[in-house]
Order: sequence, then C-alpha cells, then structure tokens
Amino acid sequence: MTISADHTAQPPAAEEQTPGPAAPDAAAPTGASNNAASEAVRKFGISVEDYMLPARHQIQMVGPDGTLTPHTEQGTQPGHEYSLPGDEELLAAYEQLVVGRRVNDQNSALVRQGRMAVYPSSHGQEACQVAAALCLSGGDWMFPTYRDSVAVMARGVDPVQTMTLFRGDWHGGYDPAKHKVGIQCTPLTTQLLHGVGVAHAAKLRGEDTVVLAMCGDGATSEGDFHEALNFAAVFHLPVVFFVQNNQYAISVPLAHQSVAPSLAHKAVGYGMAGERVDGNDVVALLAVLGRAVRLAREGSGPLLVEAHTYRMQAHTNADDATRYRQDSEVAEWVAKDPLSRMKTYLTDRGLLDDDRAGRIAEKAEAVAAQLREGLSEDVPVEPQDLFKYVFSTPTPQLQEQSALLADELARDAALTSEAAR
Amino acid sequence: MSPTITTSSEANGNVSAATARAAATAAAVAEQSGPQTITLAKALNTAMADAMHADPSVLVFGEDVGMLGGVFRITDGLTKTFGQSRCFDTPLAESGIVGMAVGMAMNGMRPVIEMQFDAFAYPAFEQIVSHVAKMHNRTKGAVKLPMVIRVPYAGGIGGVEHHCDSSEAYYAHTAGLKVYTPATVADGYRMLREAIDSHDPVMFMEPKKLYWSKDQVDLDALRAEHAENTERGTSSEGRAAVARPGTDATLIAYGPSVPTALAAAAAAAEEGRSLEVVDVRSIVPFDDETVCASVRKTGRAVVIAEAHGFASVASEIVARVQERCFHHLAAPIRRVTGFDVPFPAPKLEHYYLPGVDRILDAVDDLQWED
Repeated sequence: MTISADHTAQPPAAEEQTPGPAAPDAAAPTGASNNAASEAVRKFGISVEDYMLPARHQIQMVGPDGTLTPHTEQGTQPGHEYSLPGDEELLAAYEQLVVGRRVNDQNSALVRQGRMAVYPSSHGQEACQVAAALCLSGGDWMFPTYRDSVAVMARGVDPVQTMTLFRGDWHGGYDPAKHKVGIQCTPLTTQLLHGVGVAHAAKLRGEDTVVLAMCGDGATSEGDFHEALNFAAVFHLPVVFFVQNNQYAISVPLAHQSVAPSLAHKAVGYGMAGERVDGNDVVALLAVLGRAVRLAREGSGPLLVEAHTYRMQAHTNADDATRYRQDSEVAEWVAKDPLSRMKTYLTDRGLLDDDRAGRIAEKAEAVAAQLREGLSEDVPVEPQDLFKYVFSTPTPQLQEQSALLADELARDAALTSEAAR
Repeated sequence: MSPTITTSSEANGNVSAATARAAATAAAVAEQSGPQTITLAKALNTAMADAMHADPSVLVFGEDVGMLGGVFRITDGLTKTFGQSRCFDTPLAESGIVGMAVGMAMNGMRPVIEMQFDAFAYPAFEQIVSHVAKMHNRTKGAVKLPMVIRVPYAGGIGGVEHHCDSSEAYYAHTAGLKVYTPATVADGYRMLREAIDSHDPVMFMEPKKLYWSKDQVDLDALRAEHAENTERGTSSEGRAAVARPGTDATLIAYGPSVPTALAAAAAAAEEGRSLEVVDVRSIVPFDDETVCASVRKTGRAVVIAEAHGFASVASEIVARVQERCFHHLAAPIRRVTGFDVPFPAPKLEHYYLPGVDRILDAVDDLQWED
C-alpha cells in the first residue's frame, strides 16, 4: 500500500517547452504533492488533507498497562493503518530497550563519578531511540542529536566511541561514513539539512537510501527545521523526520514553542504526510516508523513523525528540573514507562520468560561494564591532534603553530626532568 | 584530470545521463582555441562547466542559478548543458542550500553552491561556521567536505544596501575554511578549478565589480595547465602572486582592490616611484612567503582592502608582515581600507571605497625623507 508519487510525470509547464538537453530530471521539483493527492484519493478514498494530516489520535498499540490497545482505539483510520510487528522484531526491540535503559543509567552514574563531562540522558525515551535504529536498513543513514546516544549505539556504533564526545577527548569518536550515522549534533536541527543532502545525493545516483533525521520538540522552532522539511518536500527526497517531543526544551515547555494542534500537523504545510505516535510504545513506534521508511523508500517523498514522550530526568547533569516542573508531573510519566509496558506485554503473550529476561539483563550488564571499563581508562590526548585535522593538509600557518606548541611542550618536559634530577 | 571522488554508481541514474549530454554539448560548443578576450564571468562559468564535464559528482545549485543562469549569469547555460540534476534552483533559503550541500558532500558529491549576494549568505552563517568549517576536524578527517561556496562580494557596482558587503573576514576568522578571491580573468578560471578540486571547503569570494572586466586569456592553455597541475600535484593553490614588479614599496591587495592598486602603481610610476603590487589571491591559507619576500625587498608596504579596517583581513596582513619583516621596514605599514561604517548608499560609495588617490597619499606617508 504505497502512496507513490510519480514525481517525474509532471514537469513544470515552462520546462516542457524547452527542447533537448534542458529536459527536467530527478532533482527538479515536480508537483509531487498533487500526485500524492491523487494517489491518496484513489487508494484510500480520502482527501489529500486527510492523507497529509496526522490521524485524529496518536497511534498506540500497547497501552501503559502492557495490554494490547483494542484495534478501534489504536488511532488508525483509512490511509493511516498499521499492522503489528512480528514477534522476533518485538523481542529484539525489547532487548535494546533494556540495554538502552542500562546505558542511560550507567552514563549518568559515570558523570556523577567525574568520568564524563556531561551526558544528556534519554531515560524514558528509550522506545524512540530503539525504534529509530531498528526501522533502518544497512544502507540507510541516521542523523542524531546529542540526546540520541542510545539510538547511535543501537545502530551498531561502539558504546565507548559514542561517548567520546561527552567524555571530552574529542568532538566525535566514530566514523559517520562507516556507520552511516551523522555526528551527534548539538546545534539544533542543523543536522536535518545534512540528512536532506545525503538523501539528495543518493537519489541522484539512483540509490534507495532512506535517511532518518532526528530532532526534539524545542528544535522545531529553529529555522533549519523549516528549511529542511521544505527542501526535502520540494526535491521529493526519502527523508523521515522524527521528532521526539519530550515536552521540554531544557526548561521551556512545548506550549511556549508552538501552538500548533500537534507538531505532526506541521507536515501538511510542506506538502508531506505527518503522523503522531505514542513515544513510549515501542510497538507503535516500530509500526509507524517502519511504514514511514517503507513509503519513503518506495518514492512517496518525506514524512514527519512526532513521538509523544517525556524527558524523565533533567536536561543534563548541569540542569535542575525541579525549578520548572512538578514531581507529580514526572510521576504521571513513570506509569507510562516504555520498558515496563513492553515487559508486561511480551510476558503476557508468552514471548518473554525468566530465562530470556535473564539473558537480556546479562547483555545489558555487559554493555554497562564495557562503558565503565572504557571510560575509566585514561586515554592520553595528543596535543598535536589540534592541528592535524583542521584541513586535509595543514596550512603553513598551522604548521608554525604546531611547531610552537611542540617547542613549548619540549621545554616543559625538559624542565620537569631537570626538576626530577 | 581524474575526478578525486567518484560517485558509487556512475553507471546508472540521472547524473551519468546528464554527463553524456554534457559531453555532446561541450563538443558542439568547443571554444575557439588560442588567446581570446573574455570576462571574469565567462572564466568562472567555463571553470564550472569544465569541472562538471570532468567529474559527474560536481553539482551546482542555489537561487536562480538554473534557467536564469544566476543574477550575475555566472551559471549561464549549465542547466541547459548538464540537465537539472546537475545545475538546479533551490527554495529561497541560504541555510538550506549550505546545509544540503554539507550532506551531499558527505555522500560523495562535490557541490558548488552560489550565495546570491554577500549579505544574503548570513542566514547560512551557522551552517558554515559550525558545520562546513568543523566537520573534518570533529571527525578526525573521516568526513571531508569538498564543497565550494561562491559569494559575489564587495561594492563598486552602485548596489543598494545588503548587496555590497565585504564579508571575507568572517570566514577567514573561522578555522577550517579556505578563503580564495580571484582578481584576474585567468585566476577566475584557475582558482575556481582548484577550489572545486580541493578536499576542504572553500569560500570563493568573487569581486562582483570585476565580473565584467575583460582580459585576453587562452582557455585551452589554462585547461592544460590545470590538467598538468592535477597530474603532478602542483598548483598555485594558496599562493600569492606579484601582479606588478617594483622596487620602492609594496602594495598588498586582494580581490576588488587589486585593479585599484595596479592603477595606483601606474600613476606612481609616472611620478618616478616604483611600486610592487602583490595579489594575495588566497586569504586562507595565507602566503607569508611571497608577501614577506616583497616587503623585505622594498622595505615599505601599504595594505589595501575594501572591507572595514577594524579587526579585518588587512589588519591581519599588517600584523603578520610586521612580525616577520620588522627589521626590513623603513616605515610603519599603512592600511587603506573602507571606513568603519556600514557600506554606504550608492551615491556615497565612492567616498568609502579605497581609491588611487587615497592609496598614493598613504604611499607618500611612508617616511621617504631619509
């Protein structure tokens, strides 16, 4: 059930009159939304607005108590239909949830122990993190933010390398090209445009790459959010924009960022489809993101998915959440925890027994141990690295400065060894 | 002339189709050989066309660069020749243009993007400073961004406000960006090819008042020179050039100020004073060697630039030369720059721009009496 926009079929009229080599091709904006509209109308008997606007309610498949949400209450409607992911997929997701929670709590502990400078925890958002990684195929790209470390690890990046940024050894610890994971981005929504560019390049080469570009609720106020969604829509690119609405931008609640009916509603303004999903329900997340990735790959253009979740802890260890929100509000979200509901659901369905749960816990503990060991080790930093990577080849000016620092260090070392004698 | 980055699937898709069309078209419109008089605009246009012909991963995009050929017509004909997948218009959003180019460069392309005017590049400042400049460093070289950001800059065309800024210092101050600015027709071709070939991002500052300046160049010879440099790994990249030899004092200039400096040197020659003119060409990296060799020889220097003087590239040049040539100097180095005011309205710009008289006055102040 693809809503496939045949984007090469409708070149702008002016270009149709241009003969020969100026014939438009893939990169040209081509009235895609009109085609998506006719497809939507044809396939589902719904209007283009009903296709692009999110379903009237958020998609939820497993409720906070761990029971399957009745089909009539899942939020689906014509053109917004989702099927339950397979058992193995759900078990794999649960394992990643447990690992992700352990990673979050281990890293927060390492910050308290002074082993890391800072860690923006995704505690409470693990379902979003896990689904973001699991919905992608090997050739796809992810563009994460600073709070998406668990998603980066779930995509296969080494946990200790992922933490390099927060440990303070360097600004990034993994090779983005190797893992097809952008460097975790601190300036808000700038990375969405990089995702758009990666998708555009892939499309020009005829590759079927899909890009998942991630940001938070506060970030949707940034100009690059708008530019990224608009570029992706105009060039009809396979990008899934995934907004984790965790209710707060440091201290500022969503009501001060946007008065849109939902963040997913912003999609229609760009001519793309939007959907909102329970961000603590990994089953619904896998279904919604999985379908979005499939539609994007099949040529339906970009989509916007908003996950409704909650940042259970402070922005970072440097923040004090008690200054701007009530404990009672946090307590409400404890009851909606993504791990406990999934555990109940899988146990009740007979998919998860004590043996399997034990093995998953062991795996999570192994990753935590890896982090503890990796981050306890004092890796010496190399001062000359300062100059090595600014350009492909250091400029004469950088070579001079590199020699200056080397000389300083040599003199310091000489003084130290003299003093020792 | 082998492309430095090859797209992973040249055999299919629209890029290679466009390239095939381009090859046919290029043959059909082959330039006449031998020296010919062309504009800087044509040299830049030819450089892009040749680079696109040589390497299917070279893409051109920006505002109005497609069917219109850019507001200055620098991309004229590229869409027609290479198709809309290789040269295309984007939505009107500079941060989007630069940010998308970052992603394309991360994924095997070599984008050459146009900022329509100097001051219209400011919405892209965050992308340029926080990502274009830093990606190579933060990934320890794992991600290279071979991209060129072309910026028509500076005044002298009677442009209204926000169309005449000299914004080079913002970029030169940012670690990780190369900053080139050609002043001659031949350098327009030469330096843009080098910028497109660069593995590092280049801010390519084009003096818009020189777009229609003409010179006799041999494009085939320039192509041969580029091919030879590519093969042998030699090029003029990062080097300054002596634009006019002289013995009494050195005028150090770049971009739009080079022709002004040359005019000043010609006027001084009539008065019996021999001024050497050094064209900086590449602000980053900076060619201390060529600049300082000239100043050591002449013992006097004036730095000329259109930008405001305070905290400027001109200031940096004065500081560098003073640090390296102090004992060769017969007089303090002077600067002739734009005043520290917002770029003036068209009827006032001639008061602001460094001119021949102001340069010669500065030369006269270089303590000649001893």
